[in-house]
Amino acid sequence: MRTIQFREALREALNEEMRRDDRVFLLGEEVAEYNGAYKVSQGMLDEFGPKRVIDTPIAELGFAGIAVGAAMNGLRPIVEFMTFNFSLVGIDPIINSAAKMLSMSGGQFGCPIVFRGPTGSAGQLGAQHSQAFENWYANTPGLKVVVPSDPYEAKGLLKSAIRDDNPVIFMESEQMYGDKGEVPEEEYLLPIGVAHVKKVGTDVTIVSFGKMMKIAMGAAAQLEKDNINAEVIDLRSVRPIDYNTIIESVKKTNRLVIVEEAWPLASISSEIAYMIQNQAFDYLDAPVKRVNTLDVPLGYAPTFVEAFLPSIKRTIDAVKSAMYI
Amino acid sequence: MVVKESKYKKEQYTEWFNAMLMMRRFEEKSAQLYGQQKIKGFCHLYIGQEAVVAGTMSAIEKDDRIITAYRDHAHALGCGITAKAVMAELYGKSTGCSKGKGGSMHLFSKEHNFFGGHGIVGGQIPLGAGMALADQYRGGKQITVCYMGDGAVRQGSLHEAFNMAMLWKLPVIFVCENNGYAMGTSVERTTNMLDIYKIGLAYDMPSKEVDGMTVETVHEAMSEAAKHCRDGSGPVFLEIKTYRYRGHSMSDPAKYRSKEEVDEYKLQDPLEKVRNILVSKKHLSEKDIEDIETRIENEINESVEFAENSSYPDQSEIYSDVYVENDYPFITQ
Ligand SMILES: Cc1ncc(C[n+]2csc(CCOP(=O)(O)OP(=O)(O)O)c2C)c(N)n1
Ligand SMILES: [Mg+2]
Repeated sequence: MRTIQFREALREALNEEMRRDDRVFLLGEEVAEYNGAYKVSQGMLDEFGPKRVIDTPIAELGFAGIAVGAAMNGLRPIVEFMTFNFSLVGIDPIINSAAKMLSMSGGQFGCPIVFRGPTGSAGQLGAQHSQAFENWYANTPGLKVVVPSDPYEAKGLLKSAIRDDNPVIFMESEQMYGDKGEVPEEEYLLPIGVAHVKKVGTDVTIVSFGKMMKIAMGAAAQLEKDNINAEVIDLRSVRPIDYNTIIESVKKTNRLVIVEEAWPLASISSEIAYMIQNQAFDYLDAPVKRVNTLDVPLGYAPTFVEAFLPSIKRTIDAVKSAMYI
Repeated sequence: MVVKESKYKKEQYTEWFNAMLMMRRFEEKSAQLYGQQKIKGFCHLYIGQEAVVAGTMSAIEKDDRIITAYRDHAHALGCGITAKAVMAELYGKSTGCSKGKGGSMHLFSKEHNFFGGHGIVGGQIPLGAGMALADQYRGGKQITVCYMGDGAVRQGSLHEAFNMAMLWKLPVIFVCENNGYAMGTSVERTTNMLDIYKIGLAYDMPSKEVDGMTVETVHEAMSEAAKHCRDGSGPVFLEIKTYRYRGHSMSDPAKYRSKEEVDEYKLQDPLEKVRNILVSKKHLSEKDIEDIETRIENEINESVEFAENSSYPDQSEIYSDVYVENDYPFITQ
């Protein structure tokens, strides 16, 4: 199979869906003439023209709101945030409008819209540029939150997100745009809300999503050397969360470790840990363990970045602690 | 060539020259060190815009407050933070002005009334108004200078802050450093209203356009604005027209503009203008200028040496400064 970059997989999804449905359009900072801050939308202005690939001023509150209004009135906007750190400037129309429009209007006004862009840390970028808000958005009923982990996932999930009639938050990673992976030439879609068992195993379940899947898989590979056979689950979306796949896995492995790039309090990991103790208590042979970022704003120095992020080592330690070894 | 009579003395020009040369050479060194991966992350250089900070600092008082965005190295130096403390911060060392926690975009120094470099475009605009509110509240004489880019003026935060600053007559000078581009986007491509200073007029805020390639004009506009603020007459908005010679950040090849355009601006280089005045008016000899060059070069080299020899903050420092308390119960499981 051919291999393409993560950014190319996203671009293919955008292009295919824009060709398929002329209600779909892309807007955001630097998406058109500059071809995207991270080159996801390269060439799209040439193909679709300035009506459908729109450069905005730096005005997240304004353009997120304008996109929500357009979605209420029959279009299907894709909003690119240069990073999700900046989505906070425009979070009001997402939470207060997009997420509850269908409900507030008694089912009359839907809001088919995608907000996409990179999330999480990308090296020494300092505290304001290193944040992960997956759980913030996932906390809000009315939104779906998708976090792809490789090019194949990115393409299939983005196509589904664009076709979804609900508002979807789609979170990528600056550090993954250059990653390569196999992506079929033929069209395919991946369903939102179905987790993917990426590695079958028997001894412990490792659950993760997005960029952290690399850590989860890396840890699983190293654990093999110690004869520990981990099952690794890629959540793909953190709203909805496919609890069943996790529960079924825990019934088999009896141990659970969650790896998440986010602060620990009220995070996706705490949510999953709650649900597993509630639904699969009798199957657990050890407390659920998690590997999160440290509970602090991420400072610039390399020493901080290294300590802050989930790592293969911390994941292996968590697995071993869950296995009492 | 006929040299116009100038109202500024040798001392003033020499001070400007020193300040601007320091900014210029510091940024050139930063670019070099970024290339060597000594400096990481995002790094936004100020080369070309030096007259804006230099013309501000000569027009305001030491205890006035400064706040800006992420393109902040020159503002920090201009406030009097040492090259050592700034360079160490760019390296992420514990001896940096933000203890290695801020990096290039988040230089801070309470001692020098530098309220920081801020990374969310437009985020600092209301903060600047708030700093002014605090001084007004205490009945102090200090004013705040709040810088922003031409891209930042499109944020809603500006409009809300402008309205309240006028309503409450806050002693703040809002300065838009219009360098023509927000990343790859020229001003023309994001607005119908090309005269940025006119945004202030919508709030009846005294507002005007200033040539930012000439330090004297910046100084004059700033002095006038500072007097207005200090007199209790409320905020002022200055659109200072300037230009950045380098890309938006170290990773931007700047393909959205022509070499001719950049060269055009380099012909009006603010630093060269001051150097020419110093020489043509015989304020300084070539030798004097060389001495200044050498001194600044040495100072910058020492700052690099200082940064190199400093250590990174210890990992245990990661929990300090997050809360005021030393025993805050962080989640560690
Ligand atoms: C809210 C927000 N949106 C987007 C960005 C990404 N970004 C960083 S700098 C920048 C351009 C700002 O340009 P301008 O205000 O003109 O300042 P300059 O860089 O020219 O000094 C953008 C879009 C950001 N940091 N914050
Ligand atoms: Mg600009």
